[in-house]
Amino acid sequence: MMRAGLFRYQAPRNAHDAVSALADGGPGAMLLAGGTDLVPNMKRRQQMPELLISLRHVRELRGIRHDAELLIGACTTLSELVRDSRVRDEYPALFRAAAQVATPLIRNTATVGGNLLLDTRCNYYNQNYDWRQAIDFCKKAPGPAAVAVPDVINAEDGVCWVAPSSSRCWAVSSSDTAPALIALGARVTLLSRAGEREIPLEALYHDDGMRYLTRRPDEMLTSIRVPASGRSSTYWKLRRRGAFDFPVVGVAASIRLSPTGAVEEARVVLGAVASRPILLTETEMLMGKALSDEVIEDFAEQASRYAKPLDNTDFHMTWRKAVCKTYLSGVLRELRGDDPSTLGLLGRQACRQLAPTW
Amino acid sequence: MSGGKRDFRIIGKPRRRVDGRAKVIGQTRFADDLIFPRMLHCKLLRSRYPHALLREVDVSRALSAPGVHLILTGKDFPITYGILPVSQDEEPLCREKVRMVGDPIAAVVAATEEEALAALDLIDVEYEVLHTISDAFEALKVTEPRIHQYGDEGNVHKKVAMEFGDVDASMAAADHVFEDLFFYEGNTHLPIEQHAAVALLDPDGKLCLYSSTQTPHYVHRALARTLEMPPHKIRVVATPNGGGFGGKSDPFNHEIVVAKAAMITGRPVKICLTREEVFYCHRGRHPVTMRMKTGVKNDGSIVAMDLETLLDGGAFGSYGVASTFYTGALQTVTYHIPRYRFRGCRTFTNKPACGPKRGHGTPQPRFGQEVQLDKIAVALGKDPADLRLQQIVPAHSITANWMRIETIGLRECIEKVVEGSGWREKWQKLPYGRGIGLACSSYLCGAGLPIYWNDLPHSGVQLKLDRSGLVTLFCGATEIGQGSDDVLAGIAAEILGIEPDAIKLITGDTDLTPVDLGSYSSRVTLMAGNAAIEAAERARAIVANAVGGKLGIPLGRIVFAGSRVFDAEDPDRGVTFQDAVILAETASGTIGTTGSYRPPVSPAKYKGGGVGPSPSYSYSAAIVEVEVDPSTGWLSVDRVWIGHDIGQVLNPVLARGQVEGGVYMGLGEALMEEQAMRRLPPRLSHALVHKFPSMLEYKSPTTLEMPEIITYFIEEPEPNGPFGAKEVGQGPLLPIMPAVANAVFDAVGVRIDEVPITPEKILKALREKELGRSPRVGPTQFPTITWPEASKVPPPWEGGDGRATNEKPRKSKVVASGIRLAPESPGMNIEETIKK
Repeated sequence: MMRAGLFRYQAPRNAHDAVSALADGGPGAMLLAGGTDLVPNMKRRQQMPELLISLRHVRELRGIRHDAELLIGACTTLSELVRDSRVRDEYPALFRAAAQVATPLIRNTATVGGNLLLDTRCNYYNQNYDWRQAIDFCKKAPGPAAVAVPDVINAEDGVCWVAPSSSRCWAVSSSDTAPALIALGARVTLLSRAGEREIPLEALYHDDGMRYLTRRPDEMLTSIRVPASGRSSTYWKLRRRGAFDFPVVGVAASIRLSPTGAVEEARVVLGAVASRPILLTETEMLMGKALSDEVIEDFAEQASRYAKPLDNTDFHMTWRKAVCKTYLSGVLRELRGDDPSTLGLLGRQACRQLAPTW
Repeated sequence: MSGGKRDFRIIGKPRRRVDGRAKVIGQTRFADDLIFPRMLHCKLLRSRYPHALLREVDVSRALSAPGVHLILTGKDFPITYGILPVSQDEEPLCREKVRMVGDPIAAVVAATEEEALAALDLIDVEYEVLHTISDAFEALKVTEPRIHQYGDEGNVHKKVAMEFGDVDASMAAADHVFEDLFFYEGNTHLPIEQHAAVALLDPDGKLCLYSSTQTPHYVHRALARTLEMPPHKIRVVATPNGGGFGGKSDPFNHEIVVAKAAMITGRPVKICLTREEVFYCHRGRHPVTMRMKTGVKNDGSIVAMDLETLLDGGAFGSYGVASTFYTGALQTVTYHIPRYRFRGCRTFTNKPACGPKRGHGTPQPRFGQEVQLDKIAVALGKDPADLRLQQIVPAHSITANWMRIETIGLRECIEKVVEGSGWREKWQKLPYGRGIGLACSSYLCGAGLPIYWNDLPHSGVQLKLDRSGLVTLFCGATEIGQGSDDVLAGIAAEILGIEPDAIKLITGDTDLTPVDLGSYSSRVTLMAGNAAIEAAERARAIVANAVGGKLGIPLGRIVFAGSRVFDAEDPDRGVTFQDAVILAETASGTIGTTGSYRPPVSPAKYKGGGVGPSPSYSYSAAIVEVEVDPSTGWLSVDRVWIGHDIGQVLNPVLARGQVEGGVYMGLGEALMEEQAMRRLPPRLSHALVHKFPSMLEYKSPTTLEMPEIITYFIEEPEPNGPFGAKEVGQGPLLPIMPAVANAVFDAVGVRIDEVPITPEKILKALREKELGRSPRVGPTQFPTITWPEASKVPPPWEGGDGRATNEKPRKSKVVASGIRLAPESPGMNIEETIKK
């Protein structure tokens, strides 16, 4: 079987000790939450941290609180999130995103914070060491000398095989919960020894497959704050199979309509078609209008221009782009109140009832 | 050799499989579960280049790494091997050349897996990179460098050609001639269990290899050959396989390497492959491009078929010569084809070797044939079910290519699924976006010839009965999850009148069990089953004699049932089975019997006629109902009805499981599975790698993608089958892929002439249709291949005798191991074909 390399292991009891350990550990240190992404990556030598700081015993990072706002600890598991009835009822986009991550067994371990910080993915990168050696590595993990932590890799090294003449890495943001939480207007708190800062979730991401986070190396994601609902929301995930698979297109949306049906507020986010989730500014064109077929189609047409899928995930890229438009319009139709049976086979599947557990 | 009666106690009744308990509670010990004291671990250094000469392999740094006990390289293995006698082209470790990414170059044996892994990085390899040959078309064009120094020419491994009657004349006389190109993408077996092997020296000094193999007998032979040891000093034990599907039926380099390492170190040595390495082992479905031409009369009756196949074989021979013949062998066994021509070509490419996957070489042309029949039906305005029903091959007949058909339940299979699915109300009548498709197929119940040519039995069974009442059954057959242990126990229990749990099974162990050739070609139920019947009937006779003598019951009245042996006319007059065995042991001493099985001689006497013959053929018909989203091409399979001609169900629980497993695997091939390779831009890189060697990205359906399956068994006892049984392990997969393609056409009117049938392809075809172009996605060209002169074999109805009119009769010959070849053996013919 595949084996991870040797590493040191620490398991602090509180958040303060965790960020201290992270700062002291320097570039070779990584935080370990559920480990469902990091541990396989270590076996494939995509990341070879010298020190793992486990958050397993940091209780303050876990839990869901419904006050004026929804507060979620970063180490809350996806299963815990999915089983929370108020999340399910009041934040359908988040529920639907979390409920469709990977498999039930993985959701029992994987955390919402881990899903937000999920390493970007690419068919040239998510391969084991021998495979990557056979293509002479790539920009995101350029060879044996730099198999440490993404932050210390030199972007000048290596070729991006997705677009060999490109100077950047095109790995794909593959989180389900990130687009959903951005659509819901979530803010995240980052803690370091220097203190806390809170930023809108969309500001956590860079449009770069390698440096995909604005998180500083000494910062730890501690919590997610979601404003009280009062909006309808949903998340559509495209993937080959009903389990296991990462999204190849994800569309999250939350809207508020006036009693007359005019759009008062709308946030629509594209996931899995770029190196970060894309919060669409085209929602401006929806403001004050009723969601007629024409308005929806016009929006979907305009907004799908932002989807630039490349040949580095499952499915053909031009097909993914075509479906992106279908999804954008489908999501708005669902939120408009259309009967799911009118949304086509793919739409019906995308908005089908999901079991809270499995 | 049928049991004759239909009034069974065990056969045909649903039972828990005999190995089920251990598997459910995790007690079954698979190869990787074996742990021995002082065991070492082995890892292989694999080539990073698809095609290169090895200039130097320097292991000196690695030898001094912590924990390292031994490093082996190609120099330690001077002898090649391979599953077919004509394709001894594999090396345990590469000596001068690597032929694909993943080819093994060196083996590190260390105290732990981690230490072995770390030492791999310290081996220095100098490569001289050669041109990469990435697919069959390129292999035809690029004759130098050659991947192998043998084969028909350049990078062509094998060309075959045969013609049964004057096909051109029939085509010219046909009312319509349909010509289509099809492509079948490669895919792999994806067993849940990765291959693993442990070698050690037994206390008697023999080399012993435990391995997750489907063919311990062939591994045994490969070890004897490569290690230059007498076979009796080698023992191979097949551990229960966590899935095989054909992927564990070659001898593998890692098995030979750990065997050698155990002999040198004197310690047990284990290897367990990673999932990526399993993708390198491959031996899966060949990617095949096909040109299929069929001439029909106005009523749709076939007058002739002309088939050309081009196979992308990968880097080694494996079963490939047989696979090539199989792409043409079974076209004739379903519908009557009066004249038939088949030409096949297998190429070498720098990719993992293809070989036998469930259906071995036949799903690809079956896909083409069944899709083309659907096109013919639509073109002629006939119902596809009727088109098939009107020309089913008669029972107990011989086909144009001299395959002998015994029973055939295809008509009943079609009628069942047509009725069950409501076909007559649905075909061409469902709303746009919904569709229904039909396809049929057939498969062997065991290859009529062994892999190496001999007149020995194909399967043997020994029984030991003693005073405890226990019956021990010894057989070389290998349990790969298909239920062969249960088949053997059920058969012996039926004959001896005892419960299956009163039988102890010792299987798949070359030291202890009589030879069975292995779990491939759907041969075990029929062949080992018949051997078990013979052994059990002999044991019953011994016991019956003793009981009859003691109690004064005439032999003809003695019944074995309910774990008793008694008088049919006075059931109280009798003894328990255990007491009966005691009487028999008292009367005639220790009780042991044997049984063996050899298939009937095939009438096909021409070159290549050795591939295709079988004691019997199973038949299947499937109807698939789908929904297609016209705006995205998204495809959902909603329901599958399948009828399977099984002759006689032995255990309905297992038989149904095999059907559903076959449908599942077929849907994977139809919808998503691809053993696809990624070629980097040649101006930048030589790389040719498996696109996604992982269970996450090699897409295979999950339970959530599985539709409802309605299964019908057609039971008409097959005279050659044990209790009339036929195979069920492979056949039910075959009709699924073409049925899906035909259903997609019924739903939205586009033809996808290749698998997998993905949403992208459907949407592309729909767009072509909108633009007024041919609503089809599929290959657009078949390359020009210079075919050898075909063996001309008149079909039976044209006065032939199974021989080619343009071939010389061949002489008898003796192979190295002293096994005699009969001059008339069709195996002889195929060997000659292959040797050329």
